[in-house]
Amino acid sequence: MNLLVCISKTPETTAKIDFVNDSKEFNTEGVQYIMNPYDEWYALVRAIELKEALGGTVTAINVGPAANDIIIRKALAIGADEAVRIDAEASSASFVAKQISAYASDKSFDIIFTGKESIDYNGSLVGSMLAEYLGLPFLSYVSKLDINDGKATVSCDIEGGVELMSLNPPFVLSAAKGLAEQRIPNMRGIMMAKRKPLNAVEAVEHNDSTRVVRYSMPPEKSGVKLVDPENMDELVRLLHEEAKVI
Amino acid sequence: MSVLVYVEAVDGKYKKTAYEACSYGFRLAQMNSANLVALTNADSQTASELASYGVKTVVCFQSEDLHDSAVLSSIIADAAAKYVANAVILTDDSRSKALLGRLAVKLDASAVSGASSLPESASEFQVSKSIFSSKAIGHYSLDSAKKVISVARNSVGIHENAADLSHEEFDASGYTSSIELIEVKRVKGTVPLPEAELVVSAGRGMKDPGNWGIVEELADTLGATTACSRPVSDSGWRPHHEHVGQTGIAIKPNLYIAIGISGAIQHLAGVNNSKTIVVINKDPEAPFFKAADYGVVGDLFDVVPRLSEAIKRQKNS
Ligand SMILES: Cc1cc2nc3c(=O)[nH]c(=O)nc-3n(C[C@H](O)[C@H](O)[C@H](O)COP(=O)(O)OP(=O)(O)OC[C@H]3O[C@@H](n4cnc5c(N)ncnc54)[C@H](O)[C@@H]3O)c2cc1C
Repeated sequence: MNLLVCISKTPETTAKIDFVNDSKEFNTEGVQYIMNPYDEWYALVRAIELKEALGGTVTAINVGPAANDIIIRKALAIGADEAVRIDAEASSASFVAKQISAYASDKSFDIIFTGKESIDYNGSLVGSMLAEYLGLPFLSYVSKLDINDGKATVSCDIEGGVELMSLNPPFVLSAAKGLAEQRIPNMRGIMMAKRKPLNAVEAVEHNDSTRVVRYSMPPEKSGVKLVDPENMDELVRLLHEEAKVI
Repeated sequence: MSVLVYVEAVDGKYKKTAYEACSYGFRLAQMNSANLVALTNADSQTASELASYGVKTVVCFQSEDLHDSAVLSSIIADAAAKYVANAVILTDDSRSKALLGRLAVKLDASAVSGASSLPESASEFQVSKSIFSSKAIGHYSLDSAKKVISVARNSVGIHENAADLSHEEFDASGYTSSIELIEVKRVKGTVPLPEAELVVSAGRGMKDPGNWGIVEELADTLGATTACSRPVSDSGWRPHHEHVGQTGIAIKPNLYIAIGISGAIQHLAGVNNSKTIVVINKDPEAPFFKAADYGVVGDLFDVVPRLSEAIKRQKNS
């Protein structure tokens, strides 16, 4: 199978989130970056597993500057065969989806994987935009994917359950927890990754029509009110009368 | 000109988020001196309920293919064209996650998922949304003439505005799906975690999956849904769909009770939008207390059963 995995770069999960330039820009100073967990743990690993079982190629793709190569190499170390970086700032979901669709349009990928969302902008948009640009079916929040005789069976997470579906490739999906188990790259993988192809390609023209113009911080909690562990009636009273939540 | 809201009835019923989306759409329509049109899969009697939330025209359609975002987004986009909608409003849930991007591309629209505010005015169209897994808020400018927005739950509220309702039909028979729906499996009895207003969550402090009885007892007493921290679901103590946090489900309930959870930044990221947070932990230095409204420093094996008893007393009084 010819598989494409979209990977995104996000701040590390414990990174300090603050803003500069009149709260118009994310403060990147001192921030460490990682591969978006949903892309790495579930999308990429499931693609690699399918390739191992059925043969084929896994290509990892990222839209971003050369500084992202370190994250892309990690995808190769985990087991992707080759990688592509579209050389442009990933300025919005539609920009990223447009770039990847332009690249993928003439490559006949069987399945294109994205993560369920990126942990920075939490938009959950790239996958469905990509599917629409390419005119393909889209399955979101996929927690199980099997291929039998070329046909795919998928479980998609919905509120309080799953939808079980079946379809023929090609299609686009977004990966959720359950789809695969995280893989830690080993020494051999890391060495091999250095020799695998990573090609930078030029971006196509695209205008963003949705922009973040300013950032702010959520209101802080006013401080914890401690309740005597012997006196749970008091906690219940507070929840009922003060917080009015029960 | 109109604002189109797509609201789905599940098993013939609307959820609260449907009314929130209508309320959002109504206020947007007011700003634009436009009408609010609701597109829905419900029958016209069920759909009549929407009149209370500012909907002027309700458009009913029937389709077996709601699971296919290619079909559903085409239906919505065609209805948006028919009713000359300059904004399409959705609820923020698993369905809209598959639709929003497609609609944005189809309509050449600006798109924000999980918007938590209305724009100040129609001319300066900016809405905010929780980002960095609820560690920050992004203020988005939607510059296209058309907008597609899903509305975060528990953010703009429900506003009643009775309107005279006209009923119309939309013929959705011509759309065909390439995805076969085999089965829909839903857990019975409890409110799904993403929709729960009351959540009881437990972490590694529970020591053993066999100890969950006291957590379930508390959840049952409250009518709450259970959740857990990531290591708890990763070790198979609890199912994946209970995992909350930055890499699990992000939730926004009225009440979140955290039991034996330390409050790591990745955990907080998914839960700190909860209205009220109660933390039960034996370590007074646990970071979670900084994010809590109410805290109980104590052994969970004593405190949790006591809390269940206290709630029962309050319910009976
Ligand atoms: C990339 C990444 C993503 C992550 N995403 C998530 C995520 O989405 N969600 C998430 O939850 N975690 C996530 N984590 C893990 C996170 O960093 C923490 O390790 C995890 O949240 C800790 O779980 P816990 O609080 O249950 O366990 P612990 O940190 O071990 O805390 C247990 C707590 O229980 C208390 N306790 C013990 N015994 C008792 C008792 N008898 N009575 C009362 N209290 C007691 C202890 O004082 C302690 O505070 C992520 C980590 C990484 C690196």
